[in-house]
Parts: sequence; C-alpha cells; structure tokens
Amino acid sequence: MKGDKDLRKGYLQMKGMTVIVKKTTQLIAGMVFLYGIYVIVHGHLTPGGGFAGGVIMAGSFILLILAFGSDFMHLTKEESGTTMYENLSTLVVVFLAASGLLFGARIFFLNWIPKGTVGQLVSAGMLPLYNIFVGIEVASSILTIFLALVIFKEEISE
Amino acid sequence: MCRSHYYVADYDIKKLTFMEIAISIITGLMIIGALYAIHAKDLLSAVIACGIVGYGLVICFLLLKAPDLAIVQIVVETITLIIMVAVVLDSSREEKYSKPDGQGVISIITSVLLIIVLFYFFKLSIETLDVFGSGSLRMAGPYIEGATEKTGSANLVTGVVFDFRGYDTMGEATVLVTAVMGVLTILRIKGKK
Amino acid sequence: MIVYLLCFVLFLVGLYGLITSRNLVKIAISMSIMEFSTFLFFALVGYIDGGVAPIVDPADPAKIYVDPLPQALVLTAIVIGLATTAMMMAIIIRLYRKYGTFDIREIKSLRG
Repeated sequence: MKGDKDLRKGYLQMKGMTVIVKKTTQLIAGMVFLYGIYVIVHGHLTPGGGFAGGVIMAGSFILLILAFGSDFMHLTKEESGTTMYENLSTLVVVFLAASGLLFGARIFFLNWIPKGTVGQLVSAGMLPLYNIFVGIEVASSILTIFLALVIFKEEISE
Repeated sequence: MCRSHYYVADYDIKKLTFMEIAISIITGLMIIGALYAIHAKDLLSAVIACGIVGYGLVICFLLLKAPDLAIVQIVVETITLIIMVAVVLDSSREEKYSKPDGQGVISIITSVLLIIVLFYFFKLSIETLDVFGSGSLRMAGPYIEGATEKTGSANLVTGVVFDFRGYDTMGEATVLVTAVMGVLTILRIKGKK
Repeated sequence: MIVYLLCFVLFLVGLYGLITSRNLVKIAISMSIMEFSTFLFFALVGYIDGGVAPIVDPADPAKIYVDPLPQALVLTAIVIGLATTAMMMAIIIRLYRKYGTFDIREIKSLRG
C-alpha cells in the first residue's frame, strides 16, 4: 500500500552493533530491567525510589535499542505505546492522591492505608503504590524523549 | 540538630575539614572541565567535557551522603550525553573560531560587568550563611524527628518526596508529560494514519 | 566558605559561556552547567557534620542524619533538567535542519 512505503522511508535506519555487543546486551538487559524494578519496589527501605528506578528501567531499553539498531521491536513511526503508559500512570497517580479526599480528614495525598512495622516490604501505606506508578511514568517519558530525538529525527514528507 | 550559628568572621582558614578539601578539589576539576567545554574547537570534545561536570557531580553527591541523588544523576547524565552526541555527530563538527568582532567584544564586556555585579551580591549574602557542615536549615529538625512514625518508611527522602511534599511530585510528573508533548510537537512526529 | 565560593564560580562560568557563545550546542551545554551548580549548592546547604545518609535502620537508629529536604528538592529538579535539555536539543535539531548551521550570527543573517 502506498501508506506503508512512505512510513518505511521516513525513519532513520540505524545499524546495530557487532555480534559481541548484541550477545552481551541480550544477557544483561534483562537483569538491568529487573534491577530497576527492585529499586522501585524497595523505594521505602533502601536508597532509590520511583525516580531512580524509573530512569534505570528506561536505561535498559535504551541499551537494547542502541545495540540492535532500528529493527528492534519493529520501531515504526507510531510511538503511541510509550505515551499511553506515561499518561495512564499520571492519571493513576492523581486518582490515588484524590482518594485521600474520601477518608477521614479530607486531605489531598492522605496516607490512608494502614502503615505496618517499619522495615518490612509491605509497609508505609500508600508509598509503594506511588513509587510504582511514578516509576513507570518516568521510564516511559524518558524512553519517548530518546526515541523522538535519536531515532525519529526525520520528518515524513508527505 | 543545629549548632549555634557563627558567621564568616569567625572562619579560620587553617581548620579545613577533610570533606571541604575533597569537595573543593572535585569542584575545581569541574570548573576546569567547564572552561574547556566553552572554548573547545571541536563540538564532540565540548560535549564530552560537559560529561566531566556531570560525573564529578556524582562523586560530590556520594561524598555529601546523598545516595538517591547519585543514582539518578549518573543515569540521567549518561542519557543526556547520548542525546547530545547523537545531535552533534550528524552535522559538521567544527566551530569556526574567529576573532571577537564588535558584537563579540560587547558581549564579553557585558558578561564581565554582570559577573562583577553578581559577585558583589554574593559577598553580601555569604556573610549571613552558616559555616558548611552546621545545620543551616530550620526545618531539618521537624522533618527528621517522628518522620518514621508519621510516614512509616525507612527511607526519609522517599517519605519527604511522596508524603510531606506530594504536590511537588505531582507537579514534576506534569512537567515531564508537558516536556514530552513539547518535544513531539517541535519535531512534528506524526503517528500512523 | 571555599566550597560555596567554588560552586558560585561554576555558576559564573556557565553564565559567561551562555552570553558569549556563538554556537547553539555550546549554549545548551552552558545552561546545563548552570543547572548542575544549583544542584551542588542545594546538596551543600543540607549537609550536617557527622551525619549519615537519611535511611533509618529500625534496629539501631543513628543520632544525626543529613537533612533530607534539599535532597528531595534536587531529586525532582534533576529529572526536570533532563526534560529541559531535551527540549533545547529538539529546537537545535529543527534549526539545523532548516538553516544548515549551528552559528547564531549566520542564522540571524539568513533568516527570512
């Protein structure tokens, strides 16, 4: 179809790297992603939190894209996948914050889930939920910025 | 938590602590890197010299006992360097250096005047700042005492970011979404029809 | 006071680069240097002598903690700094695509 041909010509054909880099990245990128999830979930116990874990998760995707070139993930001109995650996570954060208005003292950002003992994984009320959704949002934002500036620099002339 | 305040007039040059010497050395290296980044002939060298400033900041954060900031800064600096190198490599990389003509001399004189004025205001304000190391901020005590019981988290910085100052985090999320929309609009990236 | 003075000199170096540069990429780098000096100043203000990192160990709480409030402010500011630099890079890409040069004097004379 005519639309597909214009789409194919539009974006930057970035070549991947050598075989050694590709194999090493295949082994490592999964572990980096898992480390990012660990830093997010344990945000209330160890240094880290939502922002640090989010940028580490974005870093693992950037590593894969740089090593494999433009053919990774069948990157097309449409990047609505990452923007959808980012906007949904922001919406969930605002809804979680507004849920504090339904309980008790009617304060925005009220921490109404019961806090357990300090130092356990399930503790600190709503903080792990905030960490998770802010982490997903930061990771999607940075990935969209990277895709737009490094891969999709060309403009479709149609 | 806060010791008694004493001013710059009591400051003794011989009693430099180890932390001050270490941070001064690394900040000195950052200044040298920044000066080179401004005057480099090759754009790629300038971008890499910007990395000196960023990574030196990571060491300063680790010395100042701030591990959260070090993690975020090191990854963000790497991503910034990747984006800058991708922009610079696409183009001609050199900067045509020419002698400062009329407009160049005016800008240099303007910057020197501005630096002198700012230095004067800095001297005015530094006389009432506390010595490095004593607790300068008044709100340090109320934020630390009882924070573990009020928020239930062991990480005080996460408790402050998401519980005591949750509005700032929501504002930051909004700014990120706006920046992404701005980048996509400036580059005019269209979706699939 | 020497640390505060050096941090301010880093800010002034960035300001000097911002005013006198003719190249767009160097303007973006100078703005980034000014942001870094601000982060360093915030972290310096919050430091307390003899303090440990602000992570509470419930079994054995320390006496003095470093102030967590400036660290919370800088944590947000670092990510916003990345967004600002990315937007500047987007504008630079568009300008280079249209005029073919990074020099602001040539762009001013080519405009129109």
